[in-house]
Amino acid sequence: MNLIGLAIRSLLNRRFAVILTILTIALSIGLLVIVEQMRAEVRDGFYRSVSGTDLIVGARTAPVQLLLYSVFGIGDATNNISIETFEQLQALDEVDWAIPMALGDTHRGFRVMGTSGDFFERYRYADRQQLEVAAGREFDDLFEVVIGHQVARQLDYDVGDSVILAHGGGRVSLQQHDDHPFTISGILAPTGTPVDQQLYISLAAHRAIHIGWEQGVQRPGAGLDAEEARERTEELRPDSITAILIGLTSRAAVFGLQRRINDYRPEALTAIMPGITLQELWRITGLAEQVLRVVAGLVVLAGLLGMLTVLLTTLNERRREMAILRANGARPVQIAGLLVFEAGLIAAAGIVLGVVLAFVVQGISAPFLLERLGLHISASLPAGQVWMVLGGIWLAGLLIALVPALMAYRRTLADGMQVRN
Amino acid sequence: MTEPLLEIADIEFAWPGQDHNVLELPSFRIETGEKLFLFGPSGSGKSTLLALIGGLVRADRGSLHFAGQEVESMSGPARDRLRAEHLGVIFQQFNLLPWLDVRTNVTLPCRFSRARAHRAGDIGKAAEALLAGMDLDPALWGRRADELSVGQQQRVAAARALIGSPSLILADEPTSALDADRRQVFIDLLFAQVEQAGSTLLFVSHDKDLARHFDRRISLPEINRAGVES
Repeated sequence: MNLIGLAIRSLLNRRFAVILTILTIALSIGLLVIVEQMRAEVRDGFYRSVSGTDLIVGARTAPVQLLLYSVFGIGDATNNISIETFEQLQALDEVDWAIPMALGDTHRGFRVMGTSGDFFERYRYADRQQLEVAAGREFDDLFEVVIGHQVARQLDYDVGDSVILAHGGGRVSLQQHDDHPFTISGILAPTGTPVDQQLYISLAAHRAIHIGWEQGVQRPGAGLDAEEARERTEELRPDSITAILIGLTSRAAVFGLQRRINDYRPEALTAIMPGITLQELWRITGLAEQVLRVVAGLVVLAGLLGMLTVLLTTLNERRREMAILRANGARPVQIAGLLVFEAGLIAAAGIVLGVVLAFVVQGISAPFLLERLGLHISASLPAGQVWMVLGGIWLAGLLIALVPALMAYRRTLADGMQVRN
Repeated sequence: MTEPLLEIADIEFAWPGQDHNVLELPSFRIETGEKLFLFGPSGSGKSTLLALIGGLVRADRGSLHFAGQEVESMSGPARDRLRAEHLGVIFQQFNLLPWLDVRTNVTLPCRFSRARAHRAGDIGKAAEALLAGMDLDPALWGRRADELSVGQQQRVAAARALIGSPSLILADEPTSALDADRRQVFIDLLFAQVEQAGSTLLFVSHDKDLARHFDRRISLPEINRAGVES
C-alpha cells in the first residue's frame, strides 16, 4: 500500500532516533538469543561426548560428580575402583566394550588418561563416530603417548616430540615424572569434545610411572628404569582405575546392569546412564539459566520501552504531520496504523539485527569455548522455538505501539483539521 | 437553479465539555461552481464550521448536505471517505510534510482516495500540470518541501488541494502569511486553477480587502447566532 512508503520516508526523516532505537532493541534481542542458543549449544556439546556410552562406572559417589570428573575433567575422583572389578565387568555377556580410565596425572594443565587400545577402537561420540588418529599412530611402545587435537594445537606439539607428565593436577606441578619422558606417537583428529583436551597413555605406562609413588610422592630410588619397565610391560597393570566407560551389546540391558553394578558386593560402585545424569545436571544449572533468561527478558522489555519512549516523544513533533495527513483524507485508523506499522518495522529490524549480532558473537566466542571447555559451539541461527519467542516479542512491540497510536487517534479526532502549533 | 454543493440547515454545535454552542447556523449554502468568500475573524466559529464541513466533527443537531449526501448521519469512515474524495484543503501555513519532496506532497491526497487518484489520471503528470499552473519553477519540484519559501509552499499546498479535482476547495486564510503583492498573485493563480478543475471554492479570511474578488461574500458573525468565541 502507498501508506507504507509514506511511513518509511517518515522514518528515514527521523533516522538517527530510529537507528538508535533499532540498535537498542537489537542489543537486547542479541542478548536473549545468545542466552538461548548458548544454552542449547552447551547442552548439545555435553551430550556429544557421552552419546555413544551406555554406562559410566566409578566408585560410589554422586552421579553428577562421577559424570563430571570422568568425562568432562571437572573435579576429581574421591575414590578408585579395583582393576579386578573392571575385568569382571568387561567379561560380562551384555558388555560389548569397557574402556578403563586411570586419571590423576596431567601435562601442562591437560589431563592424562591411562587407558587401553579399546579406547581408540570402541569409544563413540556425537553421532556414533569413532576416534581417528590424524597424525602418527596409536601408542605401541610403553612410553608413547597419543594427544588430543587441542593439546597439540595449543602446545604446538607434533608426532615425535617428547613430553614429561606431572603427578597431580594444575598447570604448574612440582612433581614431575621426569624419569620417564614420553614420546608422542599420534595426534587425534578433532572431535569437539573433551577428548581433544587430553593425553592418552596405556594402563601399563600409567602403572610404570607410578611405581615407587605409592605414598603420593616418589620414594627416592624406588622407580623402575625405562628398559626394565619395557621388559615387564606384560605384568604391569595398575591396582586401581578411576572410572570405566561401558558400551552394551543391547541397550535393553542397561537398567538391569546398572542395578547390578550399584548392588555390587565386593566394592561400592556407582553406575550412571550419562544421558539421564546430564538431565540431572541441567536441573541443577536450570535455575541459573532461568535467571539469565529473566534478565535477558527484562533487557528486551527495556528495549521495547525505549521504543515506546521514542514514539511518544516524537508524537508531539509529529502532531502537525498527522493533522496534514488527516486533512488530506487519512482516516484516524490509518494514522494510528502508521504508528503501529512504524513500531512493527523498528521492532522487526531490531530483531533481525539482534539475531545477526548473536550469530556473530557466537562465532567469535566459539574458539574460546573450545579451548577452555573443549566444547564445540557452532554459530547457529535460532531454532524454531526461539523464533516463536522472537515473534512474540515482535507482537509485544506492536501492542506497545498501540499506546501512541491510540493517543494519535484521539488527538486527530480532537484536533479536527486545524494544524495547531 | 442547480442543487447546492453544500447546504446547512439548523446546525448547532458545542465542543465537548463546553456548555455553550459555538455555532448555531439556521442556514448556509455553497452553490456548485461558485467562489465564496467567508469573512471570519478569529472567534467567530470559523474553525468549527470548517471541521463540520470536513466531516471531522458531528453537529449536535441539524443537517449538512454535501455533494448530494447527508453528512451528519454518516458513519465516521464514510465521512472520512467523503472528505478524502471531495475536499481539498489549504491552511494558513505548514501545509506540507517537510520531509517529502514537492511532487509527492502534491500527490498525497491520491494515496487516501482512489476516486481522487482515478480522476487525476496520470498522477505524476497531473501534479506537474498543477505545479506549473501555480507558476512554480520545475527546478523546485524535486526539492524537499521545507527547502521552499512560505509563498512557494502555499502554492504547492494549492496544487495539492486541487489534485484529482475535488468538488470543494476549503482555503483557510491561505494568504495571511504572504505579503500584499504575492497575495494577489496567489489568488489569481488559485482562481484560474479552481476554474480549470471545475471545483467550488470556499475561501475563509479575516481580511475584507480580498472580498471584492469573489462571486459572493458572507460574514460568519452575521449568520452565526451563537456569536461566542470558540
